[in-house]
Amino acid sequence: MTVGLVIVSHSAALASGVRELAAQMAPGVTIAVAGGTDEGGIGTSFERVTTALAEADSGDGVVVLYDLGSALLTTETAVEFSDPDAAERITVVDAPLVEGAVAAAVAAQSGTDLASVATAAQRAGASWDDAHGSGATAVSDASVSDASVSDASVPDVAVADTAVAGAGGAAVRRTATVADADGLHARPASLLAREVGRWSGTTVTLGRAGEPAVPVTDVLQLIGLGVRQGETVEIAASGEDAEAATTTLAGMIDAGLDR
Amino acid sequence: MGGLTVAGCAAADVVAAVRAMAATVAEHRTELTHLDREIGDGDHGENLAKGFAAVLAKLDAATPETPGAVLKLVATTLISTVGGASGPLFGTAFLRAATSVGDTAELDATAVAGALEAARGGVVARGKAEPGDKTMVDALTPAAAAATETAEGGGDVAAVLAAAAGAAATGAADTVPLRARKGRASYLGERSIGHADPGATSVSHLLAALAPWTS
Repeated sequence: MTVGLVIVSHSAALASGVRELAAQMAPGVTIAVAGGTDEGGIGTSFERVTTALAEADSGDGVVVLYDLGSALLTTETAVEFSDPDAAERITVVDAPLVEGAVAAAVAAQSGTDLASVATAAQRAGASWDDAHGSGATAVSDASVSDASVSDASVPDVAVADTAVAGAGGAAVRRTATVADADGLHARPASLLAREVGRWSGTTVTLGRAGEPAVPVTDVLQLIGLGVRQGETVEIAASGEDAEAATTTLAGMIDAGLDR
Repeated sequence: MGGLTVAGCAAADVVAAVRAMAATVAEHRTELTHLDREIGDGDHGENLAKGFAAVLAKLDAATPETPGAVLKLVATTLISTVGGASGPLFGTAFLRAATSVGDTAELDATAVAGALEAARGGVVARGKAEPGDKTMVDALTPAAAAATETAEGGGDVAAVLAAAAGAAATGAADTVPLRARKGRASYLGERSIGHADPGATSVSHLLAALAPWTS
């Protein structure tokens, strides 16, 4: 199963740039772009969106991300004009364009279904709100990345913690030391997220010992931890493949991913 | 067209109606653009004229067989040729109207009123605007209501369209004192007060084009 993505932007360059970034972390996912007007100006084109929707649809569904107001109007209209069967497989997600595209692409790469890919993009919006939201009027530089990972109100963190701590002691924990020179930045994080996507019945979290952990499937939160080379992290897993998942991930982190 | 006094409205009549709309848009292009320059980005008249010119070209090349097919052709053409938010909004209006009339060969007064209600519903759903937001909804809502009331009262197609046109004109004029809450004009805040909304005005012109056509 591979869900496709469509990036709708007022600017052709912006749409291509978002695709370039997301594709680096998810090389196997079809990411179609609909940027600019038919004449190549700033705006959105019904024709381009319609073409991109068809291009991204392999039958497993399409997640659409857009930049500003009328991009949504154009997208919704294109969906309404689509063949009803195809329209059912299209989900338009309101999320920050870059974060949403990266999260959705990594989720699609791991082979999850349409609803899961859409949720991944939506959660990207939730973590963004959390870091930049109304709670902190003056955003102090040091607190931004901490807030995005430690705030217990992020639903998937809370869920993952419960699953690991509960489950009748089924949690498996393993530590690993980060070998990558640049730490767990975007590419290593996306590789870990994709790996975890293979074990659908297993929940895996990662964090520094004694600190709140984040779900490994959430590439944005993983990057947000800011883990550097030489730091030790704890991987915790529950579910049927907990043993294999922790062993594999610890091995990957110890060996270094960015090669 | 002149002389549509019968109860029915076939594909050829809808084509004539669309041509009348295109002529009106061309005629009012400068006025609409001027209005849009006051509270928008100044391209509404030009964009709509470009869209309806493309519709005319399509109608010259093909003859859709049902009223619904004519409306759908208008929808797909407007959406690909009218830029910005207007393309999707007008396109959706015509598309929902097309869906509402289905494969019917001849529209009666009830079907015409139903098509206007469907068009209004589509614009509201797509643009998320409500009456009073200073948008095309302010002309479409009273127009659809007046059309429905007239059809329910036994009026014919001509009476339904005349009622819709009258109500749309009042609705568009009533947008002058409103402060825009949706669309680009909303960025202007208080400064949007004192000008008629270009979208509501174009809806009013489009419906006015149909009233003389039926009498």
